[in-house]
This record gives sequence, C-alpha cells and structure tokens, in this order.
Amino acid sequence: MAQTHKQKRLSAWSTPLLLIGILVLFTLLVTFLGDNSLARMAAQTLIRVTFVVGLWIFVGNSGIVSFGHAGYMAIGAYCSAWLTLRPQMKGMFLPDLWPFLATAEWPVFPAAIVSGLLAACVAMVSGAAILRLSGIAASIATFAFLAIVYTVYSSWEGVTGATSSVVGLTRYADQWITLGWAGATILAATWYANSASGLALRASREDEVAADASGINMYRHRLIALIVSAFFAGVSGALFGHSLGVLNPSSFYLGLTFITLAMLVVGGIGSLTGAVMGVLVLSIIIEALVRMERGLAIGETTYALPTGAQEIIIGVIMILVLILRPAGITGGRELRLRFGGR
Amino acid sequence: MNAIPQLLFDALSLGGIYAMAALGIALIFGVMKLVNFAHGEYIAFCVFALIVPSTDAVAVMFLGKAPAIILIPVLLLIGAAIAVASEFFVFRHMRNATPVAMMISSFALGFVIQNTLLLIYSSRPKAISLWPELNQPVSVAGASIPLLQIIVILTTLLVVVTLALLLKRTRIGLEMRAAAENFTMARLLGVRANAVITGAFALSGALAAAVALIMVTQTGVADIRMGGQIMLVAFIATVIGGLGSLPGAVAAGFLIGAVSVILQGFLPLEVRPFRDAFLYTLVIISLLLRPNGLFAPKSTKPRV
Repeated sequence: MAQTHKQKRLSAWSTPLLLIGILVLFTLLVTFLGDNSLARMAAQTLIRVTFVVGLWIFVGNSGIVSFGHAGYMAIGAYCSAWLTLRPQMKGMFLPDLWPFLATAEWPVFPAAIVSGLLAACVAMVSGAAILRLSGIAASIATFAFLAIVYTVYSSWEGVTGATSSVVGLTRYADQWITLGWAGATILAATWYANSASGLALRASREDEVAADASGINMYRHRLIALIVSAFFAGVSGALFGHSLGVLNPSSFYLGLTFITLAMLVVGGIGSLTGAVMGVLVLSIIIEALVRMERGLAIGETTYALPTGAQEIIIGVIMILVLILRPAGITGGRELRLRFGGR
Repeated sequence: MNAIPQLLFDALSLGGIYAMAALGIALIFGVMKLVNFAHGEYIAFCVFALIVPSTDAVAVMFLGKAPAIILIPVLLLIGAAIAVASEFFVFRHMRNATPVAMMISSFALGFVIQNTLLLIYSSRPKAISLWPELNQPVSVAGASIPLLQIIVILTTLLVVVTLALLLKRTRIGLEMRAAAENFTMARLLGVRANAVITGAFALSGALAAAVALIMVTQTGVADIRMGGQIMLVAFIATVIGGLGSLPGAVAAGFLIGAVSVILQGFLPLEVRPFRDAFLYTLVIISLLLRPNGLFAPKSTKPRV
C-alpha cells in the first residue's frame, strides 16, 4: 500500500518535469531555427503559459471560471513599471505617483516579485468578498472586478497614464527569462494541486455539498488558491510589460480574457497538462494565421487571409472543441510517467 | 433649469435600455441556463445591419433608408434571425453541456461575431444619422427632454407589458414559464423543447434589435465595441435581479440605470471618470448581501 502511494506521488511529480521539458524543447527549437520575430513570439507564448497556468491554479482546482485574472495581470504590469522606470520619465509621464514610487529605481527581479505580491494582496481583498458567492454569481462578480480595474487604470491620469501608453520599460523579458518563470509557475501549480488545500479544493469542485459535509472549509481554500494564482498572474503582467516595453490598460481587458480562457478551455480545464498544451497549441495556430494574414506565396501568386480572420478562426476552433470535446484536448488527463506496476 | 425631473427622465430612459437588454439575457437563461455573452454582439450586429458594408468613416444607409414602418419590423426580424441561427449552429449542440461550458462558448461566439463585423466594416466608429429629429428637446414638467427619452420609456413599458401578456396568456408563454421553472419536468409533461428554446432566442434577438435602434438614434455612432459595455451592465442586471427572474431583470435594469445617473450627477468632479468603478463596487456589495439576487425566484435556490 505504502509502496503504491509513493509511486503515485512520484508519478504526480513527473507531470511538471515532462511539461517543463516540452517548454525547453520548444524554446530551443524556436531560438536555433527561427528568426528574431519568432523568438519574440516564444517569449509571448511563455508569458501566456505563466498566466494561464496561474489562472489554472484557481479555475482548474476550484471549478469557478474567473474573468478577473486579466485585472491581476494589469496590477502586476503597472506595479513593475512604477518600480523600474527611470525617475525622470516618471516625473514626466506619471506626475502624481507617490514620492516613494516616484524615486524608486529597482532592479527588475525584485520588482517582478513585488508586482506578484501586490496582485496577491489585491486578490486577498477582492477574493474575500467575491468568493463568498458561488457558481455563476461568482463568475459575474469577477467580471465586475475586471471592469473596476480597467476603469480605474484607464482613468487615473497621473498614476497610470490613463489611455495613453506607458513607454520606456526595460525589455529584459526574453524567451529564457520567461521560460524560467513559466517553469517556476508549473512547479508551483503542481505543488499547490497536490497540497492538502489543493486536494480539498478539488473535492469541493466535484461536489460542494459532500465536501462541506466532510468538514472542508471551501471558502478558505478558494481564497488560498486565488491568492497563489493572482501572484503568478501579477508576475506574468510584469513580464508582459518588460517584453513589449509598452503598457496600455486595454491590453488587459476582454481580448486577453477571451484568448486566455480559450487556451484553457481548448487544452482542458481539468488538468495542468491541458493548461500548458492549450497555450502551446493555440499560440502556434495564432502565429501561423498571423503569417498567413501577411501573405503566403504559393507559386506565382500570394494568398493572404483578410485581417481579423485569425480571431474568427480561433473563436470557431474554440466552439468546435467545446461541442466535440467538452473536456478539452487532454480531456482532464495529465501527462505522466508510470513507475512500477499499476 | 429643473434638475430633478431631468435626472428622473435620464434615469428612466437609461434604465429602460438596460432593462430591455437584461430581459433578453434573462429569457435565455430561464429556459436553458445559458449565460449568453453573445447578446451584446447581437446588438452590434443589428446596428451594422442598418448600413452598407464598407470600411469608410461615413456610413451610407442601407436598411436605414427605409421608412420606419418597414425598418422596425425588418430589424427586429434580423435580430431574431441571428439569435435563432446562433442557437441552431452552436447552442443546440450543447444541450447537455455544463453551464460553464455554454457560457464560454457564447463568449467565443460573441468574439466571432464581433470580429466578423470588424472584418467587414473596420474598427473605426462611423457617424450614422437615424431619425435625428427624435433628439429634439421637448418640454415636460419644466425640464427639457429629448423626445427620444420619452419614446424609450414608453417602448420599454410596451415591451414589458407585451412580454408579460405573451408569457401569461399564450401557450408558448406558458411553456416557456414551465421550462424556466423545471426544464426536465416540463419536457416530460410534453412541452416542445425546441419550440420553446427557439422562441426564447427569437424574442431575445428581437429585444437586442430594439436596443440597437434606440442606441443608434441616441448616440449617432455605429461602433464595433458598442455591444460590450451594455452587455456587461445587462448581465449584472440579470444577476442582481436574480438569474431566471424576468421581473427581477427589468427592476434591476432600472435600478442600475438610476444608480449610474445618480452617481454621474452627484459624484465630485475629480472622481467622476471612475463612475463605473463605483457602480461595479456597488454591484459586488449587492451580490454579497443577496447572493441569489435582489428578486430571486424560489426555484433558483439549489436543492440537495
């Protein structure tokens, strides 16, 4: 019996290692075979892996769909900009920043950690309220949270630059840095999912009433999951800013919410493997479609998809997956090695 | 200048638009537990059906040229048609899916409709002038009110009364109410599921078309993104009204309209850009106090 248990634990930890292996392979392939634009695409993909796996920590384990995580991402992104931008630039573009922030000129790594922590703190406060609800009411409340963050960040002229973009962020987040963070997020997600809190939360996802009757405090575990999850959403926001060098509140609104949920759903909400594979598969399809929009030369003529076709095709793929394979491509199973017999 | 009646009319007309949009969402939720995120895009689709497909900044009227007597019924039909089509192509195949899966697929469908419009009409907002004479102010109770506001309020009343009669007095209405109460039981008792669901989608689409007409006349702009904002508010109205409760959706629509007009009128000038943030905070507070909604019907309480 103890033997079987040990084997199961080992095999659970093989999942993150395999997934990280796939990501390393992906990054190596892109770096050595592709051009600069492909390397940038790899960094973007890995940032999305960080975000979607962070989102999965909450959504996958609790079963509550959150539309609010793009808000945590925005909070992280702007926090990192406040901490790392040069003071002269902040004086010019963000004149109303508090004195402590206005003079701060932090190195990028601690700034990313603090950005994640700020997002986690906001998650603690907002989650304390939102998670008292359940089911669809909770989802709508996360939507309201997203709208609040968007309204505040796109109107707070002197602190966030409102709708005009914040520019001049150090562009340090290349494919290797983002690979590191994506790997760390995957490890953290596995650790959380196999922790006592994660197991309790998944029990409540399967059957709220039974879990409650077994003495599981659902509210508490949902809140813990949301805080962990928001930390990584915040970090991915910081990476996003430092990968493009430009921040605008509208990057963290419905478009991002849609595409990341699409990735989670297409991959399969039920498993960590699903979250990672969903990002990889959709990112590769998106990249291919973007290239086709630019035009594909076959023989003499160039065929090009009309601009905007990419989003339509992604939407159609998502609907088809939901109809044909409601549990996503992975169907809720994990990629794992077996040790010993069954 | 008479501020109070002015505010009252603003609140009623804004609330009327929200109430109609919320009704469209609540109708569908009632019969198939689908939170239809595509509803906002039905509205945008109806707006763009008025003009000739092109990417120019100035809109050339297409259907919009027709006289009102033809335009209104045709647009209502177009709204109903797109809603029924979306049911036929997408949601019919998801009858047994979880509410979460349906919600996400409606999100995807909305995204597809929005980007199709983007492809055809480009993302530039277009000036569009439909019945400009309706925006002329008339004087009522000492306040000067655009004629349109009065029409909006009357239309909302008309729609709500017609819908109530339809639901209470006709066979399909009875079936819809039965289906909203307990869908499985209703089917077992011989309610035609497809007819009810198609009917609900058609009504919902027609309501979206009505909202589209009002918004275009009021703002004079056709914008791809115009559906998003109103959809979010309409959703929130259906949720705080009690999901599945039609009177609740209407009441909550008016409530949100009133609150946002009051916030707009009385918030200090420097925080006024943050009005929506205050509005959504109030929404979260209201959900915390009454998680099942302010006017929740008994059937929404989950049974063990």
